Amino acid sequence: MAHQDSSGPDSASQGPSGSAHLNQERVAECLAASNEHTQQHPIGLYLKVWLLLFVLSSLSYSVDYLQLQGMLRWSLIILFMLLKAGLIISVFMHMFWERVALVYAILLPPLCLVVLIALMAIEANYTLANRLEFFSF
Amino acid sequence: MTTRPTNRPHTETRLASLAADWSADGETFKQVPWGKAMMWIFLLSDTFVFSSFLVGYMTVRMSAVESWPNTSEVFALTIGGQHIPLVLIAIMTFILITSSGTMAMAVNCAYQHKRKQAALLMLATALLGVSFVGMQVFEWSKLIVEEGVRPWSNPMGAAQFGACFFMITGFHGLHVSAGVIYLLVVATKLWRGHYDRPQEADSGNYQIVEITGLYWHFVDLVWVFIFAFFYLW
Repeated sequence: MAHQDSSGPDSASQGPSGSAHLNQERVAECLAASNEHTQQHPIGLYLKVWLLLFVLSSLSYSVDYLQLQGMLRWSLIILFMLLKAGLIISVFMHMFWERVALVYAILLPPLCLVVLIALMAIEANYTLANRLEFFSF
Repeated sequence: MTTRPTNRPHTETRLASLAADWSADGETFKQVPWGKAMMWIFLLSDTFVFSSFLVGYMTVRMSAVESWPNTSEVFALTIGGQHIPLVLIAIMTFILITSSGTMAMAVNCAYQHKRKQAALLMLATALLGVSFVGMQVFEWSKLIVEEGVRPWSNPMGAAQFGACFFMITGFHGLHVSAGVIYLLVVATKLWRGHYDRPQEADSGNYQIVEITGLYWHFVDLVWVFIFAFFYLW
C-alpha cells in the first residue's frame, strides 16, 4: 500500500520502546516507511486476555465436568464460546484497533451463515421426521 | 476538507470513515498493509469452509435416528486410576490457548523490534502446535484402534459420528500442521535477519509476524467453535 503516505498520528507517537541498543532513528524511519498504524499495545493487556481465556476455557470444560444438561448447558457453552471468540478476534487479532472498512468487510459476510444454519436446521428436522415416519419399525 | 479518520475507534467517526473508505474511488483498506488485508480475506474464506463442516455436522446430527455418541465418555481417559471425562480435549484446548498467548507475545516483541525474542516465541508457539498435533494423533489412533470408530460406523451410536469427527478435526489438524510449518519458516527468516536486508525497501519491517499471528490465532479461534459444538454439545 502507499508507502510514501505516512499519515496516522499513531505511528509517530507509538515508537519502539525498550530497545536502547537499536538505532532508534532507523527504527523510527522503518515504522514511518511502513506507514500503517502499528498494532503495538501494552503487554499487560495481552497477559490479561490470556488469563481470561484460560478462565473461560476452564469454565466451559466445567460445564461438561459438572454434567450440566439441557438449556443451561447449551446456553453456557454458547456464552463461553462467544466470549472466547470475541477476545481472540478483538485483542489477539487486533480487530478492535483495525480500520472500520476492514472490520466490516471481514465480520459482516459470515452473518449469511445464519441463513444457512436456519435452512439446514429446517431440512434436518424434515429428514428426521421422514426417517421416523417411514424407516422405523 | 475533512480530516482523515484515524484507526482509533471514535464512535462518531466510525460510520463516516467506513463510508469514506468504501466510496473513496481508491484503495479501500487504507493504512492496512496488503499482506494483512489478504490474510484476512483468506481467513474469511476459511471461515466458510469450517462453517460448512460444522453446519453439515449439525444437519446429520439433528437428523440422526440413533442416539449420538456421548463425547464426554468417548474422549475420557483414565489417568492414575481416575476416570476423567473429556480430559484429553481439555488439555489440547489449554495447549492451543497457551500457544495463542506466546504468539501474541511474539507479535508484541516484533513491534518492539526484538528480533530474536520474537523468533524464539514463534518457535515456542510452533512447539506447542506440534504437541497439539501429537495429541490429536494419539486421540485418532485410540478411537480407530481401540474404540473401532470408522467414518461409516462406530459401536457407540449414530454412524455419522465418525465422518463428522474425522472431517472436522482432521481439517483443523491439517491447519495446525500447516501453521507449524508457516511459523517455523517465518521464525527462521526473522532469526537470520531476512527482514533486515538493507537493500530491501521495507527493511526492518516485521509486519509478517503479525500476519503469521493472524493465521495462528484463527486456528485457535476455529478450535473454540469445534470444542463447543463437537465436544461439549
